[in-house]
Amino acid sequence: MKRLIVLLLCLIPLFVYAGEAKDLAADPVLEKRMIGLAEKLRCLVCQNESLASSHAELAEDLRREVREQMSKGMTDQQIMDYLVARYGDFVLYQPPVKSYTVLLWFGPFALLLAGVGVLIFQLRKRRQSVPEVELSAEAQQRASTLLNNEKDN
Amino acid sequence: MMRFILPFIVFIVLSGFLYVGLNLDPREVPSPLIGKAAPAFNLPQLHDPAKTFSPQDMKGKVWLLNVWASWCVSCKEEHPVLLQLSRQNIVPIYGLDYKDKRVDAEMTLSGAGNPYTVTVSDTDGRIGIDYGVYGVPETYVIDKQGIIQYKQIGPVTHRSLNETILPLVAKLEKQP
Repeated sequence: MKRLIVLLLCLIPLFVYAGEAKDLAADPVLEKRMIGLAEKLRCLVCQNESLASSHAELAEDLRREVREQMSKGMTDQQIMDYLVARYGDFVLYQPPVKSYTVLLWFGPFALLLAGVGVLIFQLRKRRQSVPEVELSAEAQQRASTLLNNEKDN
Repeated sequence: MMRFILPFIVFIVLSGFLYVGLNLDPREVPSPLIGKAAPAFNLPQLHDPAKTFSPQDMKGKVWLLNVWASWCVSCKEEHPVLLQLSRQNIVPIYGLDYKDKRVDAEMTLSGAGNPYTVTVSDTDGRIGIDYGVYGVPETYVIDKQGIIQYKQIGPVTHRSLNETILPLVAKLEKQP
């Protein structure tokens, strides 16, 4: 009896499925296209998840919306515009280049350039502060004596 | 001297950025709908589903659209504030019951009090999407022309009411 119960308990996991967002459309091609687009979109409830991977209810509703619009024949760009009109540029994982995103897009390059500038400036300064001095004959003599002594040891 | 001043300036600038960042709320996404016409809808009323309500009916009035649901915890927090506001008769509050069951919504309102002139049911959340709702409660201030002038994300508090919403309502009331 005990064995049977244990066996039955072991069978329970067979009925438990885990995985990505569950709702699947009848049309796998459309579903694939929907997931492809949803990966470029942000879920607004859990902000660091994409619309494709989020389990939030709003994400499910938005996926439904995207799916329906796709089956109506709207292009990806039209659907993105539809969502941006409601939720703002924030839904796009890749923000568009606008006046207020200039710093976001080009800030890192500006910092890199500034860094290279500072590096070049410092290297030049160092070269100037350590001038090459011609050795006098006396010093040359001393140096070679020292070096030769080293060799003899 | 220079070797101290430069790092100091960098430190000050960086602290400035971080200080501003402290007071920003990453959950507050600026709505692109502000300054635009409130999206149209025609939804059944919660207490009388045979009747419908549309924002079109509110032309010429300043009003609040409050998105709420019986399952929403923060809505309970703002509920007394809304009740108090509705008693003052300053501005009508209309409710959009978002992704909710009618029975649950009616029970919530009969238990806790009803601040809404009318509540409509957005059962499948489609109108919520049109309004860019991503977290309930959300409250929209809509002017006489039907333009959304302000959106409050999260519960309405006494502070947000007195500092932002009511002054805005008073200003909009004066406009034609």
